[in-house]
Amino acid sequence: MNAYYSVMAARFRALLQYRAAAAAGFATQLFWGAMKVMVFQAFYRSSTAHQPMSLAQSITYIWLGQAMLAMLPWNVDREIAVMIRTGNVVYELLRPRDLYAIWFSRILAFRTAPTLLRAAPMFVVAMLLLGMQAPASVGSGFAYAASMLAAILLSAAITALISISLLWTISGDGISRIVPGLVTIFSGMIVPLPLFPAWAQTALNWSPFRGIADIPYRLYMGHIPPDQLPYMLAHQLGWTVALVLLGRWMLARGTRRLVVQGG
Amino acid sequence: MQYRWSFVMMVLGTLVITAGELLGIWVLFARFGSLKGWTLPQVAFFYGGVNMAIAFGELLFRGFDQFSTMVRQGDFDRVLLRPRSTVLQIAGQELSLQHIGRFALGLAALLWAATRLGIVWTPAKAVLTMGGIAGGVCVFAGLFVLQATICFWTVESLELMNILTYGGAEAAQYPLSIYRPWLQRLFVWIVPLACISYLPSAAILARPGESAPLLSWVSPLAGVVFLAVCLRVWKLGVRRYCSTGS
Amino acid sequence: MPQIVVENLTKTFRVSERASGTWGSVRGLVRRKRRIVRALDGISFSLEAGELVGYIGPNGAGKSTTVKVVSGILVPDSGRCEVSGRVPWKNRIAHVRGIGVVFGQRTQLWWDLPVIESFDLLRDIYGVPRASYEAVRDELIALLDLEPLLDTPVRQLSLGQRMRCDLAAALLHSPSIIFLDEPTIGLDAVSKLAVRQFVKRVNREQGVTVILTTHDMDDIEALCNRVIVLGDGHILSDGTLGDLRASVTTERRLIVDLDEDGVDLSGLGAELVSREGTRIELRFDPDLISAADLIGRITSRFPVRDLFVENMPIEEVIARLYAEQRR
Repeated sequence: MNAYYSVMAARFRALLQYRAAAAAGFATQLFWGAMKVMVFQAFYRSSTAHQPMSLAQSITYIWLGQAMLAMLPWNVDREIAVMIRTGNVVYELLRPRDLYAIWFSRILAFRTAPTLLRAAPMFVVAMLLLGMQAPASVGSGFAYAASMLAAILLSAAITALISISLLWTISGDGISRIVPGLVTIFSGMIVPLPLFPAWAQTALNWSPFRGIADIPYRLYMGHIPPDQLPYMLAHQLGWTVALVLLGRWMLARGTRRLVVQGG
Repeated sequence: MQYRWSFVMMVLGTLVITAGELLGIWVLFARFGSLKGWTLPQVAFFYGGVNMAIAFGELLFRGFDQFSTMVRQGDFDRVLLRPRSTVLQIAGQELSLQHIGRFALGLAALLWAATRLGIVWTPAKAVLTMGGIAGGVCVFAGLFVLQATICFWTVESLELMNILTYGGAEAAQYPLSIYRPWLQRLFVWIVPLACISYLPSAAILARPGESAPLLSWVSPLAGVVFLAVCLRVWKLGVRRYCSTGS
Repeated sequence: MPQIVVENLTKTFRVSERASGTWGSVRGLVRRKRRIVRALDGISFSLEAGELVGYIGPNGAGKSTTVKVVSGILVPDSGRCEVSGRVPWKNRIAHVRGIGVVFGQRTQLWWDLPVIESFDLLRDIYGVPRASYEAVRDELIALLDLEPLLDTPVRQLSLGQRMRCDLAAALLHSPSIIFLDEPTIGLDAVSKLAVRQFVKRVNREQGVTVILTTHDMDDIEALCNRVIVLGDGHILSDGTLGDLRASVTTERRLIVDLDEDGVDLSGLGAELVSREGTRIELRFDPDLISAADLIGRITSRFPVRDLFVENMPIEEVIARLYAEQRR
């Protein structure tokens, strides 16, 4: 166990050094968030009907999304991609450890370190200046935190899957190109899921991507009450386990192919 | 086999992302009904035009994306040694055909909107639309060049400029009148996206009181002017590069 | 009981050829040409524990392929391989615990981390008990003079420094076998010496089996008493350096520094290889004329300032071996 923790910690520390990129990302996300907020404000003011989410909640949802943007599984792990592209991935097999576990540890760091760098200042700025609300209650706050941890695991599992898919497409053009688009739609990053038409809600509620953003954000706002946390966690972790198993199976086949065909 | 597959996937990828944006717009209209008086087909018209412009700009000028690597590895010297325009060389390095997906979807949105709105395509309207899109291509091309030009002064190209390129495209997919004044001013005076997308489109959609017809004819030229300015800055950058020797 | 047994390994690759130019890549979208490469064509050898073996051959001969098979990261098409009683690719994790690998062209260390942190990370990955780790680590640091480099990120190291760190890294978990793939490539003379001294010491003092693949014949002459020569997927020679030489030719070289140039060298019983001013290089067959006799003939005819007898350069031996094999 120690081995995997060390791998994750080492990558985490290395990634924390990318402060310039984080600053640039922070500024970009501020702009993006501000734009989306303006669009939503304009839409909300164009209708007097009752909505599943209030404008204030939508605004909080948007800013949470921008704060947590870096943990979305919208790109493959860069190190793994380079390894596969150069053929050096075969040398990973020289380590006496389970390969999926090593990669998962790496990816966990890849999804958390950049997020930490951007989320902290974003929370502060958005809450003080930009209309983001505080958690609906202490319970909601805790629920959000727990759910966020599960969301990161889920995101890592998805990232692992698309990174592993590179073993078949090497240059990176396979499902790794399509998943980002699907993630943005079905996690609620384009439009908060509750605002989708009523007939779509059941399907949306079952998708794995929901666990990345929609679930934790709605827990934060109390839109999903904190007592629903166990069910929400079951949703997120259930999908995580399923995707981990799928990823392990794919990796086993991919490495088999690699050691038989050569790098 | 693999190259063909990878190309298809890339196109599919951009299609999914663009379709996602369209889906978002549709969902919001389905929920709220209208956007400060604008309807879905009208917004789709704006969306189509802007996306055609940025997709075409990406298609032609994506070569500048890798410019920071080029400078760092010293490959720009080779470009300078060839007796051709530096801009054309770098742009010509890569024809990013994958953006054809976004272009096609933008075109589809535009045409759908036009039929839903019952727009009668007079030569004048066609020219105005194409002028707007062409102007948009100029603006985005200028921005891509500008983003690369920064590499002459710093090592990394400024990621912040994505705010103006992709942020601008994102903003202009809605009629700019829905935004706060500071954003509108940004996209009129600094990066003239308003001139090339909003004004001509608004004229075609014939909304009274939103734009003066004459202005909307001239405004695509703002795109050309913008591009000219960006190219000038590029030349300054090249001169600096030559004098300091990277 | 040999530690490493390799029997009749074969491995064939299908390499797709990429056509060049724009038109070629467009054509490549439609049709890909495939070329068959027989990397290994019946390789057999066995090593006892503690041997230091040189594994040489030109590029494409199958050296790296063999190393990959024996390390367990490549499965051969046919043939048998056993290392310490295990089949490498079938018991991967158990097998790789006992081996260390150094590649000249790439590092196994983490690019952005200081060297010492890479070492610690490897300790965790290999599960080395802390107590023994520190002793082993400190000894390696001392032997390879790594103390001043420990806090430097790997990307800032020179090639020679990086190689020494990679050597230490490969031995941190006290493997019984190490594979060195071109360890001295691109190194300066001082670093090469350091690497050679270290490898010799580790092999002699700790009985670590070493398989050294290299192009550098000085490495071979300095380190290996056993040499396996590979060509086109076949083993061309397997034995001591002396055996290798003898199998190709008994020919030897005599280099003479004369006092004057332009001398007549006919009728010596030796063939002139090269002549540079007053230095001449002759090749002779000891079966036809002994070194002593040849030296006698030369010194009796011309004034000689200096002379030395050499074996045929090993590169030429191998080149001849390949030429014969091609025929």
